[in-house]
Amino acid sequence: MKKLLLSSIIVIIGITFIGRLSYLQLLSFSPDQILEDPAIKTIYDYPERGYIYDRHGKLLVGNQPAYDVMVIPRETKSLDTLEFCTLLGIDKNTFVERMEKAKRYSPRLPSVLVPQLSKEDYARLQEKMRRYIGFYIQKRSLRDYMTPSAANVLGYISEVNETDLKTNPYYVAGELKGRTGVEKQYEELLRGRKGVKYIQKNRFNRDIGPYKGGKLDTLPELGKEIHITIDKALQEYGETLMHGKRGGIVAIEPSSGEILAMISGPTYDPALLVGRQRSRNYNKLHYDTISKPTWDRSILAEPSPGSPFKTLNALVALQEGVIEPNTKFKCYNGFYVGNTKRGCHCGGGTRDMNSGILRSCNAYFAGTFRKIYAKYATTDEGMDVWEKHMKSFGLGNYLGTDVPTGRPGRIPSKAFYDKWYGDNAWASSTIISNSIGQGEVAATPLQLANMTAAIANKGYFFTPHIIKKIGGISTIDTKYTEPRHTTIDKEHFDPVIEGMANVYKYGTARWVQIPDIEIAGKTGTVENFTRIDGERVQLTDHSVFVAFAPIKKPEIVIAVYIENGYYGARYAGHIASLMIEKYIKGEITRKDLEKRMLEKTLEHEYAKPYSGEPFKINEYVW
Amino acid sequence: MYGKSVLRRIDWLTVFFYALLIFVGWVNIYSTTLTEESTTIFDLTTRYGKQLFFVGISMGVIIVVLFIETTFFERFASIFYLISLVLLAGLFLFGKTIAGATSWYDLGFFNFQPSELAKTTTALALAKYLSDIQTDIKNRKHLFYAIVIISIPVVLILPQPDPGSALVYFSLFFVLFREGLPFYYLGIPVILLLLFATTLMFGTVWVAISLVILAILFFALKKPNFKIPIVPVIFFIVLAMLFSLSVNFVFNNVFEQRHRDRFALWLSLEKDETKLEQIRKTIGYNTYQSEKAIESGGFSGKGFLEGTRTKGDFVPEQDTDYIFTSVGEEWGFVGTTSVILLFTVFFLRLVVLAERQKNSFSRMYGYGVISILLVHYFVNIGMVIGLLPTIGIPLPFISYGGSGLLFFTLLLFIFLKLDSNRLKEGI
Repeated sequence: MKKLLLSSIIVIIGITFIGRLSYLQLLSFSPDQILEDPAIKTIYDYPERGYIYDRHGKLLVGNQPAYDVMVIPRETKSLDTLEFCTLLGIDKNTFVERMEKAKRYSPRLPSVLVPQLSKEDYARLQEKMRRYIGFYIQKRSLRDYMTPSAANVLGYISEVNETDLKTNPYYVAGELKGRTGVEKQYEELLRGRKGVKYIQKNRFNRDIGPYKGGKLDTLPELGKEIHITIDKALQEYGETLMHGKRGGIVAIEPSSGEILAMISGPTYDPALLVGRQRSRNYNKLHYDTISKPTWDRSILAEPSPGSPFKTLNALVALQEGVIEPNTKFKCYNGFYVGNTKRGCHCGGGTRDMNSGILRSCNAYFAGTFRKIYAKYATTDEGMDVWEKHMKSFGLGNYLGTDVPTGRPGRIPSKAFYDKWYGDNAWASSTIISNSIGQGEVAATPLQLANMTAAIANKGYFFTPHIIKKIGGISTIDTKYTEPRHTTIDKEHFDPVIEGMANVYKYGTARWVQIPDIEIAGKTGTVENFTRIDGERVQLTDHSVFVAFAPIKKPEIVIAVYIENGYYGARYAGHIASLMIEKYIKGEITRKDLEKRMLEKTLEHEYAKPYSGEPFKINEYVW
Repeated sequence: MYGKSVLRRIDWLTVFFYALLIFVGWVNIYSTTLTEESTTIFDLTTRYGKQLFFVGISMGVIIVVLFIETTFFERFASIFYLISLVLLAGLFLFGKTIAGATSWYDLGFFNFQPSELAKTTTALALAKYLSDIQTDIKNRKHLFYAIVIISIPVVLILPQPDPGSALVYFSLFFVLFREGLPFYYLGIPVILLLLFATTLMFGTVWVAISLVILAILFFALKKPNFKIPIVPVIFFIVLAMLFSLSVNFVFNNVFEQRHRDRFALWLSLEKDETKLEQIRKTIGYNTYQSEKAIESGGFSGKGFLEGTRTKGDFVPEQDTDYIFTSVGEEWGFVGTTSVILLFTVFFLRLVVLAERQKNSFSRMYGYGVISILLVHYFVNIGMVIGLLPTIGIPLPFISYGGSGLLFFTLLLFIFLKLDSNRLKEGI
């Protein structure tokens, strides 16, 4: 027994080893994959990223060359560090640090030493480059912006991160990818497809020609150029008008759902997010938490819509047959909910639909709202009907646009109020604020514009979208070309549109008329509050305006939302009328109005809550 | 029939296996360290050139050993042992540190590692002590002395730190087993190790259930007249379960994360793909790369000088501890199996030689030689193919390293010299 112990162990070890080796070399054997094989070098050939044009074919985004200085640590020889650093424009410590980092990443593979040299720096460096062994220059292309505006629409590109690499096998570390806006939404079209070359190396790490005679290599596929629906001139004009103001503007062509302009104020020059200063600029924008320039107010802000929402309540009441256009309500400079009086600025008197809209009478719409609910046996039923109508205008849910971010806004449901007040513990009078667009309804400027487009089209709209042509061909996804109908019949729109037209002629916006253009609109003045040291404080009202023109054959629908701009016609109305004029006529006839809008800022309003002192709101400073 | 010349009496079969192993080693060292600038195979600035030089030196050592009087080794065994202990202790004062371990003397032309020498001398000393006519392994006191002989070098080597070399000395227990040490000295650690590994892999509950099933099967299937008391078996099972429970506690509360990672890697405990990726990049890098390289060899390998993974930076220490990956990649399953078979017949031949000794000193020393070589072979290849945790010791006769080659040769040829004299001794 004791003589056999060692021999048995020797044999058992041998069998175990051979078993394990059979598993490794026979069962799990798979020949080296190309990307894993250290003897095959992969070289990528990047196509140029696709250009972006506006609706009239004006170039918005092109490309510019940039030059990365690369290093393969293992191949470097001793060099004149000081001279090299001067050429590169970095100090010695940075150089040493980056070399260490490159070595840590891999001594064998190339790393970026200095990213994105400008053409000038490159020119200086180029002729001396061959003296620095182990270093070389890799050309790549960066975005080149032909406009200082539309940063929120176009979006930006940046290097892929770990998550991208894990979720999408296409990307390789160091490549660029669209992060927001059009760049993100149409990433795959714009970027094209990189070409791949496999190079066989011998055992001394030398290239000896294409792997398998280049059979597996692929050619790069060019990025497609795309045309977007934005009107460059209108977008730029709108952004200059937004100078010193916070808010969002969305303009849509109602006959197609094409977004003509999508403006968020304050904004930034898209060129800031390109080149070597990119991360510094990005941090500056990202950490500005007061004015939030990277927060796209045109699609992410969800304030109460205010009075423009009254038009929808009128439409619902007509559709439900609870009022006629000439049904009258009495306004006592306000209206009563139980014993509480709610105010109205219309001047009082008897109101029908026309004067209700053009004077924006709260009492008229409170009465209308109650009638809708009164038609049904229970408030719950009435609520369901009301919610269904409102949602058919694209409110209270994501619109399904091709803008990669967005917010759903809110149309409250019975479940919402049951949770808030308790089952059967609320009635139409409890939620009466919704009748005038305050209360619990909320909508983004994009939704406001879209809802107005549905009115302009008398009952339908197209899903708002930003894509116009791909690679020069204008066939786009059918979900953007099929009309979406509201639940309101066509004939009910005429009286409402008439009211909206009269808003301009005789009503709350009579000061903002545009010569020669028939225009329909609705003002809004939205109360709003903030918290200062935990206390609820009212701020100057938001100024809201929706409009479309010309009335006969609408070419443009616009929604303007100016934070703390006071009443509707004051800022929003003026800006909307200037933009409509710019779009339809191409030039502005009312030069002094334009000048005033360009010069006026609301910075003093925005400073108020941060001043630390008591302040007045809704001051008439003009 | 037996002539005067030692060359007539030496076991040429073993010498042939030895030469074959050296040849396989050198070919793979050549393949992994060949560079573009290389000129001749005798170039001493290259590793394969150096290795060839040490093969030459080893020839010299062999000749010297073969012509020394046989009794010399037995007579001076204690003195050699003491000298090597002094050399090991001297490292604390004069040692040279390479890769974090103070295990070398710098002799100018090469680095001398006394723990290599001590393997031979400890085997000699142990054989000498046990073969003494008065020594009885069954006697507790004598067993204790034998263990002390094995342990002193271990105590001196562990703080260097060089756990790999220290481990080698424990293999000398096989000498004790051959001389009559009861097997349960071997059985208990093996059972504990099995319980440890299975508990980590399957959990205490499954270990307990399988133990009970095994016990029931044992009692159900045993021959009726084979009487065994049931109480100790139950006692054993309970004890095993308690041990199994304590394993969980120790693993989670006493071990540090790096230890846990190592075991997680060894026993494939980690199933989460991202954590696995992390382990592969850190402590598991070597094992992962070497397994991948061996795997990529397939059945017939990529061919001599064609292994792409073992070159460059992919497999670490590809010419020393991880030399076997080169065999796997370039020569495939055919190559690896041949090497395993070669080692197996080599060891079995040595067992035959040891068993045919009339002189107990020669037999015990022979067992010492086999044990030392076997544990190197087992731990090294086990590590490279991912069966054992990472412990850095070389593969005898194959790995690059002058010091190692020299002392493995010395270790082996002292035994061959003793063997060549086995008949004379008997007279």
